Amino acid sequence: MQYLVTVVDDRTNSGTEEEMVAITAFNERIQAEGHWVFAGGLNGPDTATVLDNRDGRGLVTDGPYVETKEWMAGFWVMEAPDLDVALRLAAEGSRACNRKVEVRPFL
Amino acid sequence: MVATLCKRFGDLDIAEEAAAEAFATAVERWPSDGVPPGPGAWLTTTATRKAIDRIRRESKRDDKQKEAQMLRYDDPDEVGVVEDERLRLIFTCCHPALAPESRVALTLRMVGGLTVAEIARAFLVQETAMGQRITRAKAKIKANRIPYRVPAAEDLPARVSGVLAVLFLVFNEGYLATGAETDPVRGELTAEALRLTRLIRALLPRDGEVAGLLALMLLTEARRAARVSPGGELVTLGEQDRGAWDAGLIAEGHRLIRERLATREAPGRYQILAAINAVHTSARDVRDTDWSQVVALYDQLVRIDKSPIVVLNRAVAVAELDGPEVALAAVDRLSDALDGYHAFHATRADLLRRLGRSAESRSAYDRAIELAGNTAESAYLARRRDQLRA
Repeated sequence: MQYLVTVVDDRTNSGTEEEMVAITAFNERIQAEGHWVFAGGLNGPDTATVLDNRDGRGLVTDGPYVETKEWMAGFWVMEAPDLDVALRLAAEGSRACNRKVEVRPFL
Repeated sequence: MVATLCKRFGDLDIAEEAAAEAFATAVERWPSDGVPPGPGAWLTTTATRKAIDRIRRESKRDDKQKEAQMLRYDDPDEVGVVEDERLRLIFTCCHPALAPESRVALTLRMVGGLTVAEIARAFLVQETAMGQRITRAKAKIKANRIPYRVPAAEDLPARVSGVLAVLFLVFNEGYLATGAETDPVRGELTAEALRLTRLIRALLPRDGEVAGLLALMLLTEARRAARVSPGGELVTLGEQDRGAWDAGLIAEGHRLIRERLATREAPGRYQILAAINAVHTSARDVRDTDWSQVVALYDQLVRIDKSPIVVLNRAVAVAELDGPEVALAAVDRLSDALDGYHAFHATRADLLRRLGRSAESRSAYDRAIELAGNTAESAYLARRRDQLRA
């Protein structure tokens, strides 16, 4: 079972050197333990572009599809047998990156 | 049975529906075929078959391996297994990923076997809204794969405190039921909460707070028969017929508290509340109550739980020790925090009455009656108000 662990932030590119060290250590550990699927940091919402090509017109708009005070600054996709394991990993991830995280199961 | 099925199939909906189908089949067949020698085993076996049929119908897309795992059999009639499965189910229903109000509702539905209508009534919520709340919680369990198991040792302390909070809420709802239509005391809820707390205690015999909550429930339940008058009015602790208290439950509660005292570990909230109840249940007459001990225990409780409700309850004991005037001063400092709480106004009303301030007492009683949700309590407050001198 896979879970998306979203890192929630209210400032862009706000990560510190210490946080990066902690995140790398955490990543290496979950890779070794077989929980790692994928992870990455994202640029801020002001770099987003929204497309709507449902009618084939290829409508392009600058900016995020919805303005929010907090947004996804990065994420992990983790493999875990159940939510208890996913929550424990997410708690360690939150501590490592020093941010709130949200856990959501894949369908 | 739902717990057993749930364990095997990992799905609350399938378990519930299969159980319902098995009961329906029994109602249909037993009158003509006769009741089978082991009715419980018959129902579980039938429900298991129904569930497997259902999964087969629905699982064309599902992998065969999972299905094979579901067919695994263990003895459904073994009590230990069933109790273990109830425990697993409690931990699932009280999972921290679920909203607190959903945890209580789901526990009552899945573990306690109450109907959605009964739970809705207990929490003054529309039945449809309660049904939706339970459905949402079950969907979240399924989508997130919240496991059916007793948590790992490192998670257990945090998870147990969540379970205790739910069981305490269930007990309190039974002991002082809300709603104009419900019985003032609902024995089925207090009994269920007690039974489940005993289960948790069997799992964690050394946990102080588990023992504390069980003792607290026992010592409260012991007074149930004396708590409502034949006329349906709440009887306060001081006015209760102590001969009607259940001596067996009191002895069991006192035994648990002595056991905890012997460990010399610092007590938590439930243990202190239980100790306060032990002081009350040790007094043969209300005049024999060791109020200084009660106040000392409340002081201890305030140190770990500064909530205004604890401070209010402490003030009630202070009134007995230092008089109503001192107590009223403490109570009045809580007016901002507790203005919407009926017990705050009921306590003020009683203290004002004792100080001879009838007019103020009357308006405090009015406010308490307005806010009280329990029929027996409203009746008691109304009588007290009407006894005030003009």
